[in-house]
Amino acid sequence: MSAILRLEGLSKRFGALAVSQDICLELAPGRLHALIGPNGAGKTSLINQISGALAPDAGRIFFEDEDVTRLGLAQRARRGLVRSFQVASLFDGFSALDNVALAAQARAGSSFRFFARAGKAADLNAKARVALDRVGLGERVGRRAGELSHGERRLLEIAVALACQPRLLLLDEPFAGLGVEESAEALALLQTLKTEVTMLLVEHDMEAVFALADDVSVLVGGRLIASGAPEAIRQSPAVREAYLGEEEAA
Amino acid sequence: MNWRAVVPGFGFAALALVPLAARWGPEAYALNLATRALIFALAAMSLQFMLGCGGLVSFGQAAYLGLGAYAAAILARYGGGDLLLEAGTAIPAAALFAVATSAISLRAKGVYYIMSTLAFGQMLYFFFVSLSALGGDDGVTLDARARLAGTDWLASDRAFYYAALAALALGYLLLDRIVGSRFGRVLGAIRQNPLRVRALGFEPFRYQLAACAISAALCAVAGVLLANLNSFVSPAFMTWQRSGDLIVMTVLGGVGSLGGAILGALAYLLASELVSTYTEHSGLWIGPALVLVALRGRGLAGLVWGGR
Repeated sequence: MSAILRLEGLSKRFGALAVSQDICLELAPGRLHALIGPNGAGKTSLINQISGALAPDAGRIFFEDEDVTRLGLAQRARRGLVRSFQVASLFDGFSALDNVALAAQARAGSSFRFFARAGKAADLNAKARVALDRVGLGERVGRRAGELSHGERRLLEIAVALACQPRLLLLDEPFAGLGVEESAEALALLQTLKTEVTMLLVEHDMEAVFALADDVSVLVGGRLIASGAPEAIRQSPAVREAYLGEEEAA
Repeated sequence: MNWRAVVPGFGFAALALVPLAARWGPEAYALNLATRALIFALAAMSLQFMLGCGGLVSFGQAAYLGLGAYAAAILARYGGGDLLLEAGTAIPAAALFAVATSAISLRAKGVYYIMSTLAFGQMLYFFFVSLSALGGDDGVTLDARARLAGTDWLASDRAFYYAALAALALGYLLLDRIVGSRFGRVLGAIRQNPLRVRALGFEPFRYQLAACAISAALCAVAGVLLANLNSFVSPAFMTWQRSGDLIVMTVLGGVGSLGGAILGALAYLLASELVSTYTEHSGLWIGPALVLVALRGRGLAGLVWGGR
């Protein structure tokens, strides 16, 4: 089957710092691909380029065989290339329900509708509730996003992404800052989600990565140094030296 | 009880009683002041929609007020002095000007957006200053107050007050619906987190552009009414100081609250009038009051009914 996402020679630098160097990568549909690498390896910069928040200096990005390199963030999101944010990026003044309903609204035709009360749109609210139940926030629908705990905000972030009906979901460190219990819940959630949606997971938590990933790529200093099955990555001497070794030594 | 629904109802009912109360005082003066206050309330509310709901601090709102006023003046001169016709001309003219200028301004962010709205406002101001056909700096007088659908009903000051009140109430209902609509929800989301809105698949620019057009259209109606109240229009209608006054009114009333903008405009104009009967330096007294309200956060709306 052809790749859902294909990166061809993606390069990006900020002044002297090369955050992406000639990155080539293919993601197969229906799989969970994890992207790991030490701090400052350029993981988030890569996610930003794939999602359209950041323009690459060189190289091309294909999403479902369409060249999306020149498309903006919003255009890619409408095609189903959806991302979550490392630091939960929500509408703090809106309730949890409205946050997700707005995402559903983005997929429900034109929003140039000026009269009917959006808060009473049963179809949007129903979709939002499904997504919120899905991530376990069913009890918190009425809470303002700004009042939710850190862990709940991370889950809400995932619910928002789900309501966007992603064809490829880019998850930027969904486990960051979660407690042990919350991590376990998030892990269980992603275990079931991965059967439904293709994902690219950027993550620091190695336990989570090796529990979830079908494929793993390793980014170090802006370069992809290895890509393959989790076991092969774990065994690879180059990866151990560049990355995993540091953790073991620590 | 649902305060959200009750407060505006009481508010508008109270405003409807003003002409009756004015009979016991200096009627003509009181009615003129009250009508002026209502018209500015409409203008301030139109700015609130952009500023408070859309997060767009426009420093050129008076330009739309001026456009509306000049539309009325031009039509009155050439025998088209009917309020509906004047509004029907002013609304598309202002919306068009808003779309053309905002399409450029919206590409700038933050302070640069504010400055570019100011620049476009000043351009229009100097255009009318140099337009000698309409009196240039001296302005132009309207021979008679506009008719309403062919009747001379508006000739009475009291009827004109109610026309202004009707425009304000309709504008309020309209904007309140828009703020709560799907469009309004996207607009409010853009104010909070534009990057997130784009990540959901919305293009903020389109929504903000539409918001500018809606705001301009409503403000132009205020301009039409103001021209007919004063029977006079001049470029002074659209100075940047006037744009500043409108910002003060919305902030005083409480950012984000449509009703607050009305309250802010009424309070600001009445306070200025009252203070100016005692001292020439009304700003000296209103300034500190404004600082207090700004520091308190939610403005007069927060004090009176606790929020939006």
